[in-house]
Amino acid sequence: MIVKGSLAFECAHCGLPVPVGLVQRDRDEQFCCAGCAGAYELIHGSGLESFYRMTDADSGSRLEIGGAFRGASQAEKFGDFDEPVFLEKYARVVNATESEVELAIERIHCGACVWLLEKLPVVLPGVVNATVNWAKRTIRVRWTVSEVKLSEIAEALNQLGYPPSPIQHNEHEKRWKLENQQHLIRIGIAAACAGNNMIISLALYLGMFSHMTIGMAQLLRVASCVVGVVALLWPGRTFLQSAWGALRTKTPHMDLPIALGLTVGTIAGLVNVVRGAGEIYFDSLSVLIFLLLIGRWVQFRQQSIAANAVEMLYRLTPQKTRKLVDGQVLETLVDLVQVDDILEIRAGDVFPVDGEIAEGSSLVDEAILTGESNPITKAPGSIVAAGTLNVRTRVSMKVTAIGSETRLSRIVDLVEQASIDKPKMVLWANKIGGYFVAAVIALAIFTFGWWLAVDVNMAIERTIALLIVACPCALALATPLAIAVAIGRAAKQKIMVKGGDVLQSLQRPGMIWLDKTGTLTNGDLKVVRWYGDTRWLDMVAALEIQSAHPVAKAIVEFGDRNWRVTEELNNDPNTKIVLAYRTTVLESMDHPGLGISGLVGAHEVVVGNRRLISDHGVTPKQHHNRLSKKIIEQGFSPCWVAVDGKVVGLVAIGDSIRPEAHFALESLTKRGWEIGILSGDHQSVVDRVATRMGIAPANAIGGANPESKLEMIKRSSVGGNVVMVGDGVNDSAALAAATVGIAVKNGVEASLAAAPVYLAKPGLEPILTLFRISDSAAKIMRKNLGVSLSYNLTFAGLAFAGFINPLTAAILMPISSITVVAMSLGAGRISKFGLSRSKA
Amino acid sequence: MSVLYIAIPIALVIALVAVIAFVFQVRNGQYDDLDTPARRMLYDESESDFKDVD
Repeated sequence: MIVKGSLAFECAHCGLPVPVGLVQRDRDEQFCCAGCAGAYELIHGSGLESFYRMTDADSGSRLEIGGAFRGASQAEKFGDFDEPVFLEKYARVVNATESEVELAIERIHCGACVWLLEKLPVVLPGVVNATVNWAKRTIRVRWTVSEVKLSEIAEALNQLGYPPSPIQHNEHEKRWKLENQQHLIRIGIAAACAGNNMIISLALYLGMFSHMTIGMAQLLRVASCVVGVVALLWPGRTFLQSAWGALRTKTPHMDLPIALGLTVGTIAGLVNVVRGAGEIYFDSLSVLIFLLLIGRWVQFRQQSIAANAVEMLYRLTPQKTRKLVDGQVLETLVDLVQVDDILEIRAGDVFPVDGEIAEGSSLVDEAILTGESNPITKAPGSIVAAGTLNVRTRVSMKVTAIGSETRLSRIVDLVEQASIDKPKMVLWANKIGGYFVAAVIALAIFTFGWWLAVDVNMAIERTIALLIVACPCALALATPLAIAVAIGRAAKQKIMVKGGDVLQSLQRPGMIWLDKTGTLTNGDLKVVRWYGDTRWLDMVAALEIQSAHPVAKAIVEFGDRNWRVTEELNNDPNTKIVLAYRTTVLESMDHPGLGISGLVGAHEVVVGNRRLISDHGVTPKQHHNRLSKKIIEQGFSPCWVAVDGKVVGLVAIGDSIRPEAHFALESLTKRGWEIGILSGDHQSVVDRVATRMGIAPANAIGGANPESKLEMIKRSSVGGNVVMVGDGVNDSAALAAATVGIAVKNGVEASLAAAPVYLAKPGLEPILTLFRISDSAAKIMRKNLGVSLSYNLTFAGLAFAGFINPLTAAILMPISSITVVAMSLGAGRISKFGLSRSKA
Repeated sequence: MSVLYIAIPIALVIALVAVIAFVFQVRNGQYDDLDTPARRMLYDESESDFKDVD
């Protein structure tokens, strides 16, 4: 395959250019790497050449496939896949000769991948079938145990360019699948009933004008009745059961009026069918059941995202690790690791289990567990936890805890427990719905009693008209609709809200706990101010570039920015000198915990804390000391700069506060919320930020671990509403326990799943937006409720007086629902203007 | 018009059959993955290499 002139070759497999050194003159096909050559051979040998036709047709995907195969060329060993422990855990025995396994394959890009993967039985005899699930990026393989080993299957997949990894089937997923199926079945049946019933009732209504025979009308009524009863007793049963539960636990909610309406409608319809006169309501009932079920299903799918939290936490640890056995490094699955094993953890690896460092020392990023943003030094004997990241160098560790015994697993348990313990909010409208239904029933009984004295038939007719016209459909729709509109609008602002109760909870002020990093501050150290001659800035930056310390990084970044500014401002030759300075660091020495010193050009430069300066024989002047004190008072750390034995500058270093933080906290306080900081950072850092933000010292808590955060949330939730804003795994239990947990975007997706709200933008601005959205949702809700209540009251009164017969009532009933729908959607649009105005 | 006395019950029975078929489909997992089949059907299959999916 020769493309782009005669010199450039395209890889016959992936389509990437072939490096000149790999071009083989005597061959037609050229390959960019051994992996591609192997895959090409495998595909051709199995007679699956049409794969290339498909990848060409799938525009642009050839390159992606190339990328996939590239990775595959690193040989991976799958010997562990045959271990009995592995097979028992991940595979399933189908029958005496066959087993089945589901493997995750992240590199499924296009239709051609699906096609190729499902051709696995052709590639590898012994495989019975292979089914790809595109959405989940998984493949399910069934194979004959006596003919082929699982490791060979994994190897074949890897060779094709799709390295597989095992997935564990957990109970949760199975339960979810079952529940989803039940929802679908109910909706399907309800839809069939509703559709058929509408056709039947159309015939009935038309028959009114075309002199249908009584026998024919009765046939249609019986048919409608049969379909309606099926709809109520099969898919509609879920409402009846839920209402029964509400009655038994004495917590009236929306299902109660719905169930009551359905029951009364059905009974009234049945009576009328039997006596052969009067209205039947089965068509509206069937449609109502269908629509309500769809609403339920949408809600269910929204919530199911949240439930995967625990699973995601488990994915934080790697699945493979390197074990040291008699000085030999063996790659193995984490599942097979035992206590007291020695593991090798390379730089950039995540610790798979808990243990202690056996050999070597390194920096470990423990932010995932503690929230502490700076990596911590670990020496032999130090304890390391699963899920933390080895930043610096290779170490070996001795395993002390595996599986469910690790600290990470215990946090997972905490999250699970916290979300179970959390008291469930009853939606405001549901409470009102309870009162409402009681009022309607009382009114119905009163109506019946009142007119009974006059005439029995009249009493029945008016009571039914009243019950129909006062059916709480509009009320049932009012809240979910207002919430759906609000959630949709929040999503547009990159705020994901998983439940309606969140929006309502935000209406009642309480306590807000903020995780310091990421919400109040930008999360990294910055030069806040440079006191002194900036002439020396570039020399300092040149020296600091040698160090990896966060303070050094901040100074280098500051130098960079200012250098660029000067270059833009005056494009004169002097800037070139500045650049030259940077390359002339002759000597540098790191003083851990103190700073850095070195020789830059002809100058001796010392940057660090007060002690380092003194150690180098520099005596600060009085005004320097005063300045240093001032910097500390402002909540920053001073960094001293000395050149040739003289102090030339002081740098105020601090975690910079987000620009909108002051305004945001002010408006939250104005709403009546009390604000606190709950952070894993050191107490002194938290205190400084709290002082600068004007937060009461009692509410500034530092050095908190996951357990103490959870404890704090639980303690403050006794007093009322608690909102927790956090971003790490260390916050996840607290997020799950708070009335409203707000997760802020960062690298760890697991904490997000524990929280009902997820902000895709960092900072406080989205939190304020969330509050505004909650406000407008509450407003729409109140309006909807007002309209549907006054509508129901008016018509209930008219029905009582006998101005409305059951047929008119059946026509009027949906009108209130339509009004509420129109108002919710319209209000969403109108208050969007309100939102942008209040933002401006 | 009296044919309706037979036709309507028959129609209802047919609807019931459809409902039962739907329940079987759902229980069978045919609605679990709605994305892959849409892609799978785009490619011609030679009868030898396509085997039934459970």
